[in-house]
Parts: sequence; structure tokens; C-alpha cells
Amino acid sequence: MATHILRRQVSRILSHASPNSNPTSYFSLARPFSSATDTIRATLFPGDGIGPEIAESVKQVFRTAEVPIEWEEHYVGDQVDPRTQSFLTWESLESVRKNRVGLKGPMATPIGKGHRSLNLTLRKELNLYANVRPCYSLPGYKTRYDDVNLITIRENTEGEYSGLEHQVVRGVVESLKIITRQASLRVAEYAFHYAKTHGRERVSAIHKANIMQKTDGLFLKCCREVAEKYPEITYEEVVIDNCCMMLVKNPALFDVLVMPNLYGDIISDLCAGLIGGLGLTPSCNIGEGGIALAEAVHGSAPDIAGKVIWQIQLPYY
Amino acid sequence: MATTRRSLPLLRTLVAGKTQTRPVTYMPRPGDGAPRPVTLIPGDGIGPLVTNAVEQVMEAMHAPVYFEKYDVHGDMKRVPQEVLDSIKKNKVCLKGGLRTPMGGGVSSLNMQLRKELDLYASLVNCCNLPGLPTRHEDVDIVVIRENTEGEYSGLEHEVVPGVVESLKVITKFCSERIAKYAFEYAYLNNRKKVTAVHKANIMKLADGLFLESCREVATKYPSIKYNEIIVDNCCMQLVSKPEQFDVMVTPNLYGNLVANTAAGIAGGTGVMPGGNVGAEYAVFEQGASAGNVGKEKIVEQKTANPVALLLSSAMMLRHLQFPSFADRLESAVKRVISEGQYRTKDLGGQSSTQEVVDAVIAKLD
Repeated sequence: MATHILRRQVSRILSHASPNSNPTSYFSLARPFSSATDTIRATLFPGDGIGPEIAESVKQVFRTAEVPIEWEEHYVGDQVDPRTQSFLTWESLESVRKNRVGLKGPMATPIGKGHRSLNLTLRKELNLYANVRPCYSLPGYKTRYDDVNLITIRENTEGEYSGLEHQVVRGVVESLKIITRQASLRVAEYAFHYAKTHGRERVSAIHKANIMQKTDGLFLKCCREVAEKYPEITYEEVVIDNCCMMLVKNPALFDVLVMPNLYGDIISDLCAGLIGGLGLTPSCNIGEGGIALAEAVHGSAPDIAGKVIWQIQLPYY
Repeated sequence: MATTRRSLPLLRTLVAGKTQTRPVTYMPRPGDGAPRPVTLIPGDGIGPLVTNAVEQVMEAMHAPVYFEKYDVHGDMKRVPQEVLDSIKKNKVCLKGGLRTPMGGGVSSLNMQLRKELDLYASLVNCCNLPGLPTRHEDVDIVVIRENTEGEYSGLEHEVVPGVVESLKVITKFCSERIAKYAFEYAYLNNRKKVTAVHKANIMKLADGLFLESCREVATKYPSIKYNEIIVDNCCMQLVSKPEQFDVMVTPNLYGNLVANTAAGIAGGTGVMPGGNVGAEYAVFEQGASAGNVGKEKIVEQKTANPVALLLSSAMMLRHLQFPSFADRLESAVKRVISEGQYRTKDLGGQSSTQEVVDAVIAKLD
């Protein structure tokens, strides 16, 4: 059943090859597929667990729909590459940098010390600063919420997940949350640019600046600055507890959400829950220089390797 | 002749459809019925409306409480000392929302009250009210949130222009006492499961310390099941399968989000009761923090929902050990909600606050 939906969507994408402002065609491509010989090279990381099976399905669907993509497959090695300090080889990262487009399956970081987590490596090396997760109620899959149509854009590099923690004295731990002007401006710019190119009307910045005035206040200031450059898009600010409540009561109130790291993590997973779970949610990480790495947000699920339940989305930039 | 006279009252009650049940009572000590003073802070926005509703209902019930009203507004710099003294004397307070101005920071009056009185546990009771249609059934969640430290410690500074740091502080002392409160609450209220919400896969030391404290306390309550869940998974499960949660214990920020999400799925913040409690004092207010000041339009049209504060005042009556008054108030409110005739706008109805209050007073028995 899933492959039918995928096939229909892919053919719909290709028939709407030119970017249009129809909000339901969520995969508008910047480059129209006008010439048949213009193949795009994309890096594919099949990943672990159910990853390889899913990657096979993706390749099959794309082949059937005659999508002009040539896949360059890279696998995670079993030895730490000293150039990247992790199991991902330098060649894999170079390939993504060269092709600028990639698709990543679920990767399970092996437990141990002496190497960085795979997702962290990708994020740091490719400078992936924004995580975009479109959340749409799938027609035909009934959940309690039928009118979800929103995008969550989450800052991916700093905020609460900077990883800077230390124990002050025994029993007292401090964790640093960093917000910088540069990163906030970058993600706000991307959010408004995305809203404009996809015909979205409203951008909401989610914050808790009434309590954390300096950090979230800086984030909001940057969002406001960028909002002034896009007067045709409505900009609003919503406190996070209000946002959570409104999302579960009436998700149709939101359009594009832009948030710092931690809130983004929680809200994007909440929205995934509204439409039916992580198995149905597409996601894409945007990096500096126009790199786009689309990924599966679910885990590698080694226990169900053998069943395919997945939705893909095309990498877009 | 005699038999008809005896059976008439029975027939009357059968026709009316009410069955006589004795509410749960306790054996009071002599003098327990003396009226207790409670500090009342009407607050901002819809606060005065809903606290007025509580006052009216308490009077109608002849409840043994009397209110000492104090005017506190969100734009004051500090909570007036007389208010704090009154709360310290009475030990119990009922308050409406206090508006935190943007840029208020941790000097927001709500936070000040909590810090001064050391109200370290914030409780939100989210359960489906019978007769109120929601997307989720079988929701019965109590969110217990640490109220004093964590991300809301207020320690922020600008390192260099354009780079700001905020400190999240987690201490063993605070984590332990909130875990103890959560398990004690579960034990005394016959709850079966406590879930700790965290993000220890990323914040290993900070949330790791919180989890350690929870695990230690869990070993002392072997009859209560304990499990842990990561906060993003938790939010996802809340919107898809909320029936799996019972009591949830969380640090400060996650608790804010989880409480508001749970309140939203169970019917909205207009109906969820809650409060803040410490070792010595208790302040009852509307459970979830979103919307407790309300919008201008609601204040003007007087359509604020008094149900949350009414149910919180029922919790307060139980705290003061007046269980039969609490039961009467709760059943009246629940009957009004389930009949559906008098509901405010956020529940899908058209009534004003006063109409709901009158309906509740009429249903009191």
C-alpha cells in the first residue's frame, strides 16, 4: 500500500516539475526536470537495520517513475576513519559535498568511546544548520487529526544540545545553552526563504522569551530582523506552552514554525505524532552552500528488519 | 394509607432519578469546622473573573473558608511583602493568572512566589471530563514538574555581542525531593505508574542526575511501576496513545511542555486543575500555564472558563481537609459540563462565565 502512495506522489511531483505556489504540492523542485539527460547525482547512505531494504524500495520506486537520479551508495565502515574521527569515511563526506544532495537511511551509532556519533559527524562536517520536517495528514491514513499541514524548521547546531555540561560540585550539574546571532539569523533566513518559495503565508517563531529573556530574546530579535525583509509573509511569535496546547487542540492554526534546537526537537516529534508517527515523517537537513541531506527520522529498528514501512521525500533545495 | 405515605418519598426519588449516596466523610476533630482563612490573589486578565466565580460558589456552599483578597498585578516589581506574610500565615493561597511582561525573565511574579515560598512541585491533573468531547479518550495523567531550578534558573549572560549563554542547573537535592513527592503522590492517591521524562541521551550529566535520583526513590516504592521516556518520544506518545501514562515526573522545562500538551489533549487549559505545593505552603491555580491570563476579548465579553479554577479550589478544599465540600463542588461542576448546556467558548459553547457559575450553584446539593 505504501508503494502505491509513493508512486502517486512521485508522478505528481514530476508533473508539477516547475515550482508553483500550490501549497499542496509540497515537493516543488528548484530545477525543473526538463531535459531527460540531465541526471542528478545523489549520495545514498542505506544505513543499518531496515535501512538497506528501504533504500532498495526507494531505488525501485525512482526507477519505475523514471526519476533521473543516479545514486552513489556509501556504507558506514566498521573502522574509525582518523580523518573524520568516526565510522563515516572521508570519501562519503566528500561525495555529499560534491553532489550537494543526499539521502540517508537510519544509522545506529555503535556504543562505545573514541568516536563521534554518526549523526553528529554528518551535522558538524557538512554544517547542517536547519532541520526541516513537513508534517501533512496523509489522505487515506486516518489519525485523530486530519487537517495537519505545517512545516517545522529547527535550528540544528547549537542551543541546548551544545553538549557543554559539567559537574560543579558533587550533586550539582550545569548545562550550557548557547544561542548565537549568526546561527539564529541563518535559520530564520532559511525559514522565510522556504516560506516564500513554497507559497506559505505565515511563519511563527516559537520561544520562551518571557522566562529566558536573553537567549530566546536574541533568537526572536534575529527572526524579527529577517521578517522585516519579507513583508508579504505574516510573522508571529508564540510562547512554547501556548504552542503545544494549540497544536494538540487545533493544528490547522500553524503554517511554518521556526524554533531553536530543543523546542524544535520536541515540537517536530509532536507533529510527527499528530500525523501518525515517525515512520511517516519526511525530514531534510539543510547545510551551508545549499547542501541538502534528506533522512529517515526513525531508528534502524533491528527487530523489524524485514518489513518495509516508510515514506520518502525528494531532497530539495 | 400508611403504606402509600411511606412509599411516597421513595417514589419521588425514583422519579427524580437521583439515588441517595453518602459521600466519603472523615471524623473531624472538635473545632475543625471553624472557617479557615485563604489568601486570594485575583491577578490579571481573566483572573478577577474566575476568582470571583470561586468566591460566589464558596458562598453558595457555605464552605468554611473566607478569603483575604490582595491585589497583585504582573507589572509590579516584586510581590508585596504583605501578600507573602499573609500566605505564610494562612499556608494556603488561591490565585488567578499573573501576566508576565515580555522580557520579565525570572523576576516574573509567578516565579518569585514560587521561589520565596519554595513551592517546588507543580501539579497538573489532566483527565477527561465525562460528557466533554475530545479527540482522546481515557486520559488520566498527573504531571508533576520540578518548579525551582532547571532551565528556568535565570542565569543568562552575553559572552560577546551576539553570543548568549544560559545555564541549566540540576541539583541532586531538588531532583530527589521532586522524585520523592511524585512517588508519594502516587502512593497516597493509589496510582500505579510513575514515568520520568528526560533527555539524557543528549544531556547526559544534567538529565542523567535527574534520572539517578528518580531511580533511587523508585527502589523505595516497589509496588509502583517506574519507567523512563525521552521527552520527544513522550510528546509523540501523548498525542497518539495517552492512556499509557499515569503520573509523570519531569524537570522544569519539559514539565511545562508536557503539562500543556496533556492539558490540551484532555480538554484544554480551561478545565484542568492544578497547583504548586511546597513543604509548608500550597498555592492553587489553574493547572496548565498557557492561557491563564487570557486574551482581551475574553475579558471584555466575560466568557472566561471558570471550571479550571473551580476544580482547583475543590483540590484546595481537600487539602484543607473538607472532603465533602470538595466532593459537592466537583460533582456539581462535572454535572454542568456533562449536560453541556452551559459551556464557555473554549469548550464549544456560548455561555458567559456568570451563566456557568449560576448553573454550578444551581446544581449544588
